[in-house]
Amino acid sequence: MRAPSSELPIVFDGVTVTAGAVTILDRIALTLAPGAPTMLIGPNGSGKSTLLRVAMGLLAPSRGRITWGGLENVPPLKRAIVFQRPAMLRRSAAANIRFALRAAGIPRAEHARRTVELLELVGLGHLADRAARRLSGGEQQRLALARALARDPAVLFLDEPTASLDPTATKAVEDIIRAVSERNIKVVMATHDLGEARRLAGDIVMLHRGRIVETAAAASFFDRPQTAEAKIFLAGELLV
Amino acid sequence: MPQDVTALQLVLSGDPALFAIVRLSLYVSLSAVVLAALIGIPLGAWIALTKFPGRQGVIVLLNALMGLPPVVVGLAVYLALSRSGPLGSFGLLFTPRAMIIAQTVLVMPIIAALTRQTIEDLWIEYRDELTAMNLGPLGRVTALIWDARFSLVTALLAGFGRAAAEVGAIIIVGGNIEGFTRTMTTAIALETSKGDLPLAVGLGLVLIAIVIAVNALAWTARRAGERLAG
Repeated sequence: MRAPSSELPIVFDGVTVTAGAVTILDRIALTLAPGAPTMLIGPNGSGKSTLLRVAMGLLAPSRGRITWGGLENVPPLKRAIVFQRPAMLRRSAAANIRFALRAAGIPRAEHARRTVELLELVGLGHLADRAARRLSGGEQQRLALARALARDPAVLFLDEPTASLDPTATKAVEDIIRAVSERNIKVVMATHDLGEARRLAGDIVMLHRGRIVETAAAASFFDRPQTAEAKIFLAGELLV
Repeated sequence: MPQDVTALQLVLSGDPALFAIVRLSLYVSLSAVVLAALIGIPLGAWIALTKFPGRQGVIVLLNALMGLPPVVVGLAVYLALSRSGPLGSFGLLFTPRAMIIAQTVLVMPIIAALTRQTIEDLWIEYRDELTAMNLGPLGRVTALIWDARFSLVTALLAGFGRAAAEVGAIIIVGGNIEGFTRTMTTAIALETSKGDLPLAVGLGLVLIAIVIAVNALAWTARRAGERLAG
């Protein structure tokens, strides 16, 4: 089990992100603390992916500030992210993981063992030598998860990792996410799939038009949504 | 060189003069491609990944240099290497080395420009992943060059094609000296002007065969590599 990370909590303090005249995130105040997975939900364009990028440190706020464990400008040594459409390096599955291990500064002597472990963790041990780009969509997502875990992260950001997967592949990815969470790795995941949010979430952050409209424990959110936006979204109606 | 034989007989008989010309041609062109790659690939990758004032102008210039007229390059290298030129003291004019230099100047922009485009396209695809991995500039460049290796083979082939087919630059800086700086293309030009068409045609056939063989080899290697690496 992992010790609590010095990169947690991640605190958003009035974070605003703009692109030209468009406000993508609007005065976000949020604390991501150790514990069960946090699900970011909301319709397309609500700002989920941008929030993840800011949390990862890939995107600087236009206004406001973000801190990791109380510090600003912390390099992403213990943070990792899996994108909705992860780029597979033009190498084998195993070589993709070895690349991530090298990038993370893991000693070369550990690469072989860690590569096998990670491939087994995501159920790709039998495809170690397969070209990563020739894997199916679900297999690529699992490889991307393994590559992210190669960094031995304390926080794992997932940007709709099952968005384009069939139910079988989705279940495989969700099983890995549960296993990761049980290792005391904080999972912060964007999804617009309410079923997935119900299955995985410890708590929910709902975004709409770049603003947080509701934050709650998952059970409370689904049983007693407090805002009109959350009620509409949960009712399966179009939230525009 | 016998005058009354056919082009095919010359090739099939393994005529020593013809094969000396072929060897020199390959030595000059392949050396130029290697040197141009050593300069052009890092340069192209650097331009692809670096923001600096005037970058767009540099890209336009680099692309334009792909169409450098060989005779102009030959003239410039001739002036640089001639006795009164800045590099005249090295005594390189009318040697195979001068020809390699001229062809390197011709080929380097092709490899650099194609590398720049290839790496820039791949960077768009990889940027998020490599940035998230906290990879430094050197790590990014090496990863991108390695993953672009199959596309870069095409850039090298384009460079080799340019070098192997070129005559204007090397005839100026090499002098087309028999047994020393005579290559396939310069010999074809000379023999055609002398009316020795069998040798000219023989050399032409060999030149085309070599270009096809090199491309076929590179294509096969690329296909095999892609099957393994994706």
